[in-house]
Amino acid sequence: MNATPLVRNDPQAMRFEINRAALVDPAVLERERERIFDRCWIYVGHESEVRLPGDFRTRIVCGRPVIFCRDAAGAVRVFLNTCRHRGAMVCREREGNAQRYTCFYHGWTYDRDGALYAVPGQAAYPPGFDKNQYGLKEPANVASYRGFVFLNFDSGAEPLDAYLGNAKEYIDLVLDQSPSGRMEVIHGTQEYDIKANWKLLVENSFDDYHLLTTHSTWLDYLKNSGVEMKRPEKGQLLPSHGLGKDLGHGHATTDNVNFRGRPVAAWIPPYGEAAKAEIERIRAELVARLGEARAKRVADTNRNLLVFPNLFLLDGSSVSLRTFEPVGPDRMRVRAWALGPVEESPLARRVRLDSFLTFYGPGGLATPDDVEALESVQQGLATYREVPWSPITRGMAKEGEQLNTDERHLRAFWIEWDKRMRAA
Amino acid sequence: MGQADARGVTRAEIEEFLYHEAALLDEWRLDEWLALLTDDATYRVPSNDAPQADPASALFTIADDMHRLRGRVTRLKDPHAHAEFPRSRTRRLISNVRILERQPLVVEANFIVHRFRGNESVRQYVGRYRYGLVVDHGQLRIRSREAILDALELGSLGSVSFIL
Repeated sequence: MNATPLVRNDPQAMRFEINRAALVDPAVLERERERIFDRCWIYVGHESEVRLPGDFRTRIVCGRPVIFCRDAAGAVRVFLNTCRHRGAMVCREREGNAQRYTCFYHGWTYDRDGALYAVPGQAAYPPGFDKNQYGLKEPANVASYRGFVFLNFDSGAEPLDAYLGNAKEYIDLVLDQSPSGRMEVIHGTQEYDIKANWKLLVENSFDDYHLLTTHSTWLDYLKNSGVEMKRPEKGQLLPSHGLGKDLGHGHATTDNVNFRGRPVAAWIPPYGEAAKAEIERIRAELVARLGEARAKRVADTNRNLLVFPNLFLLDGSSVSLRTFEPVGPDRMRVRAWALGPVEESPLARRVRLDSFLTFYGPGGLATPDDVEALESVQQGLATYREVPWSPITRGMAKEGEQLNTDERHLRAFWIEWDKRMRAA
Repeated sequence: MGQADARGVTRAEIEEFLYHEAALLDEWRLDEWLALLTDDATYRVPSNDAPQADPASALFTIADDMHRLRGRVTRLKDPHAHAEFPRSRTRRLISNVRILERQPLVVEANFIVHRFRGNESVRQYVGRYRYGLVVDHGQLRIRSREAILDALELGSLGSVSFIL
């Protein structure tokens, strides 16, 4: 490892700098895999993606192929997708429903609970061979919070509930969109690579400082679509007031007054006149169920929540669940889904999905410019030896409230990252 | 009006039309391209794992009505559309054109779109177009245009920031 620190944090001197080697050096990535991805709770999937016993989805999580599935008893499980015999993947389909998982190489077959069910020619194994010892392996820990399923490869990890800590309050705010408190992942996955270090997307996903410059064409589109845009107040860059918050444990969030419309439940002209009554009905349901204050909190604020290290709940002009992991120091794989209340009407669902696509995703009017920004950064970082430090000091001299265009929430990520990277 | 005329359209006429469209897009003559579309037209790119889905109930990569598509073109012409500034160079190869239905006119064609940008080597977007066409005052026009990618995920294709 580099002897130079990767994060220089000196609050007295108002100095907070990232060593750009942290975004380039393969040795840093190797250590991240050990200290971050193999020790933190990492998002796997949502319970709504595997509804019935036998339903499965294969995914790569922390670089490992896993089967995210429901067992015969209806419990959500995560199996490492590798045969105990020679190691081949026992499930090679993207999704489906399985009676059993069969390795096609020599035919070892596992049931939905992961137990080794059949071994062709078992009699040839010595007498001590015990099928019970050769079930599909599971990560050290699997746990879920309100439908979101995480794994942890560290057997000594703290429980998920404690790990999530203050982030739970912000997850709950998203789930309050649903009358029954249940959200589902909507069919259709956006999967794309970005040729940049994964931590750049951590920053970008809740860095509101870049909104005006990177996304001016998206703001123009909203204006041209009849969305009212106030002039920023003194000391602000954006049309509405917003905060950046450190939630502890590396979790952090923006917490902004909405100006861009929300399917639950703030109508804007692009939703169409036909949807107005439905959005008002959803709003009335929120108020009746949660009271005026909480309804306003749910409906009139946007929050981009980081669950450390690599999960975002982007509750903005729609709800996007976004996770990503490194495939190299200069490349990441992104997966994103839309999340909606289970009881949503077809009209409201249509508005939600349409609103999603205006901003988010590889074909949206905004996300491709983020991708471009991160790839541009990564190319610029080839100079990291000559230009080694990036300042992350916005808002540092301020007492109290930190804006969404400040960088307190970005520092929260980097402080936790640095702490974990330095841990024994 | 258009439906009756569409019965007599030949494959050669449709090919001519699709090649013209491809040339407009490759040359970034986006306003002329927009003029090929009807006022109620749609442009869609489904998510790679949901190629048959409906954008009212599934997440797409792109599902534009004409309002957003006009906004998309306005954006692409703006140098602040950073993902396409400097803009991509594209070259579309279209083949296997088939008329699937006559009333209304439904046409499919295979495509390879090569995309070049900056110092990047080629990215190949491979798939199938599905068009709903109408004949308007003797001219073919596009009422629906869907680009269905064969790749199982976008992966190294990255964004679809240009008109696919």
